[in-house]
Amino acid sequence: MNMQTRPQRELATAHVVRNASGARVDLLVVAQMVEPGAKVLDVGCGDGELLKILTETKGVDGRGIEISREGVNLCVAKGLAVIQGDADTDLADYPDDAFDYVILSQTLQATWQPRVVLEHMLRIGERAIVSFPNFGHWKIRLKLLFFGRMPRTSNLPDTWYDTQNIHFCTIRDFRDLCNEIGVKMEAAVALNAWGGKLRINVPWWFWNLFGEQAVFLLSRKR
Amino acid sequence: MAEADLKSTQGARVREAESARESLVVRFGPECPLKLDSGISLSPFQIAYKTYGRLNADRSNAILICHALTGDQHVASVHPVTKKNGWWETMVGPGKPIDTERYFVICSNVVAGCMGSSGPSSIDPATGQPYGLTFPVITIRDMVRAQAMLIDHLGIDTLFAVAGGSMGGMQVLQWAQSFPERVFAALPIACATRHSAQNIAFHEVGRQAVMADPEWRHGRYTVEGTSPHRGLAVARMGAHITYMSDAALHRKFGRRFQDRTNPTFSFDADFEVESYLRHQGSSFVERFDANSYLYLTRAMDYFDLAAEHDGVLANAFRNSPTRFCVVSFTSDWLFPTSESRAIVHALNAAGARVSFAEIVTDKGHDAFLLDEPELFAIIRGFLDGAARARGLV
Repeated sequence: MNMQTRPQRELATAHVVRNASGARVDLLVVAQMVEPGAKVLDVGCGDGELLKILTETKGVDGRGIEISREGVNLCVAKGLAVIQGDADTDLADYPDDAFDYVILSQTLQATWQPRVVLEHMLRIGERAIVSFPNFGHWKIRLKLLFFGRMPRTSNLPDTWYDTQNIHFCTIRDFRDLCNEIGVKMEAAVALNAWGGKLRINVPWWFWNLFGEQAVFLLSRKR
Repeated sequence: MAEADLKSTQGARVREAESARESLVVRFGPECPLKLDSGISLSPFQIAYKTYGRLNADRSNAILICHALTGDQHVASVHPVTKKNGWWETMVGPGKPIDTERYFVICSNVVAGCMGSSGPSSIDPATGQPYGLTFPVITIRDMVRAQAMLIDHLGIDTLFAVAGGSMGGMQVLQWAQSFPERVFAALPIACATRHSAQNIAFHEVGRQAVMADPEWRHGRYTVEGTSPHRGLAVARMGAHITYMSDAALHRKFGRRFQDRTNPTFSFDADFEVESYLRHQGSSFVERFDANSYLYLTRAMDYFDLAAEHDGVLANAFRNSPTRFCVVSFTSDWLFPTSESRAIVHALNAAGARVSFAEIVTDKGHDAFLLDEPELFAIIRGFLDGAARARGLV
């Protein structure tokens, strides 16, 4: 456990896009990828919003890991099965094939070893769902190009020195990692700044430029 | 005066008389002995218990509370000896997190205790004298076996929940391991699956304090008309320090003097903290039996849930249908968070449904007994979720 050597991460407070009924659009996209009744582990589950959606709309058997005490206590008080833990260290304690889906929602970029985390996810679960902010989005590229500073956007408002996000990647980078570790990409969705899905039949470079967030459904290559 | 003023009263007699009157008692005759881990059968024996709330028609809303080392069945009712409120009255009662308007709450005095259940101060029917050290050594699992017999007697098949802190938490874990199908939800708080060397060491100091008291008389003090209250008080004083954190002790007492402005240059209780500990010691001996203290500390020392599963804790909970909520406190150094994490890792590895929260507090091990709003919110939320899953409305 390296809790002591790292600053306690706080609940993500970044701006998120919500639909008319107040649900986070990216979470709804993730939820759509999950089969009803599945066994799900949500890594970095925050205040349990996704687990609650999945339990209520898909009837899943959901579990969560969350690093912030505040988040864990909120989840447990909601009746969710959530433990305090760290994606970087605690996934190793789970047995193989324990879940149908392991979800990492907006957390990959905050882990110390994204590759190891991804490998554990597909060891523990048959499928993995990963969502992350795309650092290749045109606004971010333009800010870096014109201002020469680490970009801050409404979606990623923190300064470089106090952000939890230590491993940003672009959609292309993530696809490369999936290919490198032999992961099958079953589905991918890119969301624009307003939470709308980008058209499916566009090339990867278009997604990488106009997708503000990406959601991937992954499985082990057989 | 150099020695603490640790008076003994007629505590033991009052204790027995009062608890018999104010508790329910179930007696198990020769036909249903308690088969102990030591190989001995305890018979006859009795369990004193209290209940709160009402059992529903399905008999599905029962919560068993397991008390800690020096606790008893008076979880939410006035203690017959001390006249103080129940030890978990902040947690259990109408509208409280363990809501007696929804749940039927049972709390029994553990075997080897001294509040009405059979223990070393009970009369051995074979001799007509108190058992003393001839009472068999009991384990946490023996306590749980006896509780299961009580639950059978009450006609309850499955407990909605079993909850407890410290030694009570050990019993909760033992319940989940011994009777997984009978425990829908388990709440082990501030506990561990085994006693550490440090835990055993502290207990040994306490036991030696009792046994070093010349009035202990090899446990035959009742027969000989003596009382090892000094030894027991010292044991309690030492133990009490382990229940608090350094920060909490300092916040409460600092280096302040007790009723004086200057040191007396003697061994009187100059400091507030000394006075406080002496009070803890002397009030404890009013309500507790020295031999029971030996037996119960021993039971905790022997506890090691993984031992009977080849040292693999996860095997203790393999395929467990129980939903768990494990809680620890940041400043608890007697049962630190690492012990609770070991439970959580084992439950995860076993595929069990587990929640785990660590609560930030400087109140130490005793935090589970105190006013901790976050603990209340977590237990209320966990039980609400479990009640929905159980179909309790």
